Amino acid sequence: MSANHDGANLLEVRGLTKIFGTLTACDHIDLNIAKGEIHALLGENGAGKSTLVKMLFGSLEPNSGEIFWNGEAVRITSPGMAKKLGIGMVFQHFSLFEALTAAENIALSLDDGSPISSIAAKARALSFSYGLPLDPDSLVGDLSVGERQRIEIIRCLLQTPQLIILDEPTSVLTPQEADKLFETLERLRSEGKSILYISHRLEEVKRICDRATVLRHGKVVGHCNPREETASSLARMMVGNEVKAVVRAPAEGIETAAPLLEIRALSRKPATPFSIPLKNINLNVRAGEVIGIAGVAGNGQGEFFESVSGEVLQQDAGSVRIRGKDAGALSITGRRLMGAAFVPEERLGHGAAPRMKLSENLLLSRHATDGKVFVSSGGLVRAAAVYAAAQRIIVAMDVRKSAPDPEAAALSGGNLQKFIVGRELDRSPAVMVVNQPTWGVDAGAAAHIRQALIELARSGSAVLVISQDLDELFEISDAIAVMHNGELSKPLPIAEATFEKIGLLMGGAEPGHAEHALETA
Amino acid sequence: MMRLELVKRPQRSMLFSALSPFIAFGLTIIAGAILFALLGVNPLNAFRIYFIEPVSQVWQLHELAIKAAPLILIAVGLSVCYKANVWNIGAEGQFILGGIFGSAIPVLFPGFEGPLVLPLMLLFGMVGGAAYAAIPALLKTRFGTNEILTSLMLVYVAQFFLDWLVRGPWRDPQGHGFPQTIQFNDSAVLPELMPDAGRANWGFVFALIAAVLVWLLMSRLLKGFEVRVLGSSPRAGRFAGFGLNRMVFFAFLLSGALAGLAGISEVSGAIGQLQPVISPGYGFTAIIVAFLGRLNPLGIVAAGLVLALTYLGGEAVQSALGISDKVARVFQGMLLFFVLGCDTLIHYRIRLVGMALTKGAAKLEAAPKLKEAR
Repeated sequence: MSANHDGANLLEVRGLTKIFGTLTACDHIDLNIAKGEIHALLGENGAGKSTLVKMLFGSLEPNSGEIFWNGEAVRITSPGMAKKLGIGMVFQHFSLFEALTAAENIALSLDDGSPISSIAAKARALSFSYGLPLDPDSLVGDLSVGERQRIEIIRCLLQTPQLIILDEPTSVLTPQEADKLFETLERLRSEGKSILYISHRLEEVKRICDRATVLRHGKVVGHCNPREETASSLARMMVGNEVKAVVRAPAEGIETAAPLLEIRALSRKPATPFSIPLKNINLNVRAGEVIGIAGVAGNGQGEFFESVSGEVLQQDAGSVRIRGKDAGALSITGRRLMGAAFVPEERLGHGAAPRMKLSENLLLSRHATDGKVFVSSGGLVRAAAVYAAAQRIIVAMDVRKSAPDPEAAALSGGNLQKFIVGRELDRSPAVMVVNQPTWGVDAGAAAHIRQALIELARSGSAVLVISQDLDELFEISDAIAVMHNGELSKPLPIAEATFEKIGLLMGGAEPGHAEHALETA
Repeated sequence: MMRLELVKRPQRSMLFSALSPFIAFGLTIIAGAILFALLGVNPLNAFRIYFIEPVSQVWQLHELAIKAAPLILIAVGLSVCYKANVWNIGAEGQFILGGIFGSAIPVLFPGFEGPLVLPLMLLFGMVGGAAYAAIPALLKTRFGTNEILTSLMLVYVAQFFLDWLVRGPWRDPQGHGFPQTIQFNDSAVLPELMPDAGRANWGFVFALIAAVLVWLLMSRLLKGFEVRVLGSSPRAGRFAGFGLNRMVFFAFLLSGALAGLAGISEVSGAIGQLQPVISPGYGFTAIIVAFLGRLNPLGIVAAGLVLALTYLGGEAVQSALGISDKVARVFQGMLLFFVLGCDTLIHYRIRLVGMALTKGAAKLEAAPKLKEAR
């Protein structure tokens, strides 16, 4: 261990290694974070970013390697210890209680027993000075995702950290909200605080980060100045080779094609106090086209998906029509039998049963649709046919796995997603509805899934994609509609759509939404 | 200083899934030995009387089959419930109602004889058990009540109903005031399998057939897949298009029918008439059988024989050593306790952590530890 601690580096990591069973999640990672810099940690899903960060935040113990904090060797054994050192973290998935106020949530994480009123006052002052507007007395359940993130950031800042770790912070924000966040980060940097910024969005890394460390397969593959790189050169470092660009042939004759999926005046009351009501949604998806639905998470996309898929039935049978027939009163099985296929957002526990094998998970969505191929008329499961079909999908989608027919939970998120999408594509459905098709999927596989969705549409199917990833929607959609607070905007043809227009709609700027926009402002 | 730590396994361990009942049985034996020693009895002698003597002759094996039959029948049905995440604790009541429904034919129509009588009785028994099980299913699906409470409380209702029947309307007028019905006529009695060798009746065959059929259902049929999906991840089950409420009814009706069949088989085969008490707690012991048998119908056959032995052993130590036959209940309870405890090893492994080693490389090189930070 050659020491070179001139004090300029706030954090130095040497040879940090973490092994899970046979997998080396982090392999001799070196990382230096200087005082007052925004340092990007780039890498695909599964590259080891989360594992590294968990070791820095004390929630995982490294197998070997050293961490220096202000030049001193330290062992971070718990998140509490990380906080004491001055490391704060804003997680991608918030840990907030919806039924409590923002200030109460903050108080829960500060175990110093100070009264709520003083915490609220401090939080208010802090939010004001950093340009993060937040009312500490509002209920979390009433707040937008962007506002919830502000609570997490303020909660982190209240502990006056020297290093702030942000895990994919913009994945839940509109472009405009992201801009505000960047201003805050630049402000923090000017105060001499350091930020470790985890992302796979190259444009924003280029925009705000001073240096970047790129991980691939658990190893550091390079340090660079992102401003001197191009998005594609960064992508090459992350992926290791060129990612094939998705090709979208122009859709022809769509205007005259028959709508295969029609949503007419679909409304739904909120099922729980914190779910979003759907208000008068209208949409046609024609044969041959891909329609994208953009929107910040939690604006009714999940509720909309459940209604279209038939997991929740409609009062009015005509509010969902598949291939020209009313389907609103039919169950998900009935809608599948009409030629529709569905891919939900949650993989484990919704799209797949975690403790069941892949072949059994094939049966999950296809037990009724493939005639008598998988299930005989006596209700007997044809295990050999199911197994063969599962293997066919595994090959077609290049699903990487450790056993011939493993449990769904044993696959990485991206590989399971490939299987779940492949399971439906294998049927060549007339209508395909996908929620977050490439969430957590590596770039190569994501390109594969996107291309497959476009090709399904061009072969005459109607494809509806709900996604929070605007880049993805611009890549594959023929038109993009925006869901905001349970309402759906008119689809904007891709030729007219811009990031700015869609971003404004995501923030609720549709004329019909103006009233609500004022409420939340 | 050492402490134990549970470390979650990445995959469930097949080894410990199979081994867990055996470890539990071993621990029960050890705890039982301590129990006998504290009672002032030589444990070795007690175990010989408890576990070996009751099965050392052919007629005794028949007694074992008589006790095992209702346990297996009920537990096989319960295994479907528990796999579906439906908690039917009221099999004892469904057993009693099965006995009452099936007995209605020989009690109310004592002159009705012939080959039709028995099949009708068995059918009635199944209908009675299923109908009684439908009550908690209906309450759960309509009003969201907790089926553990409702099914359990209905057991006591069933017990008092039977008690009232045999003391009131169904009492044998020629029975010298004893609280019991008339003896069933010959065509209403479940025949013995091998009358020359012992008393075992067709109930044991029903139990074996039920075990095989339910095993086929669970492992080969779409319906069994449905049970497993809805039980393990209900949301994925809804995505598959399987109805949760339909499944609650299916599980309750199936287990109720099997418990009812066990009830009428017991009354018609082993007892021959209705009495105030027709079960030594079969419906509750079957819960232990179901878990000891890994909720697998074939494992349940083996577990049913083991638990039947605890009944016979309890009677044996009572007569030979003068120990209360409640010792059987103690053994059954310990067995369930240990098997549930050992099941932890399926999902977790145990690691010894040295508390003194707080610094240095020793801890860094310890086995990987995954905290719940995801």
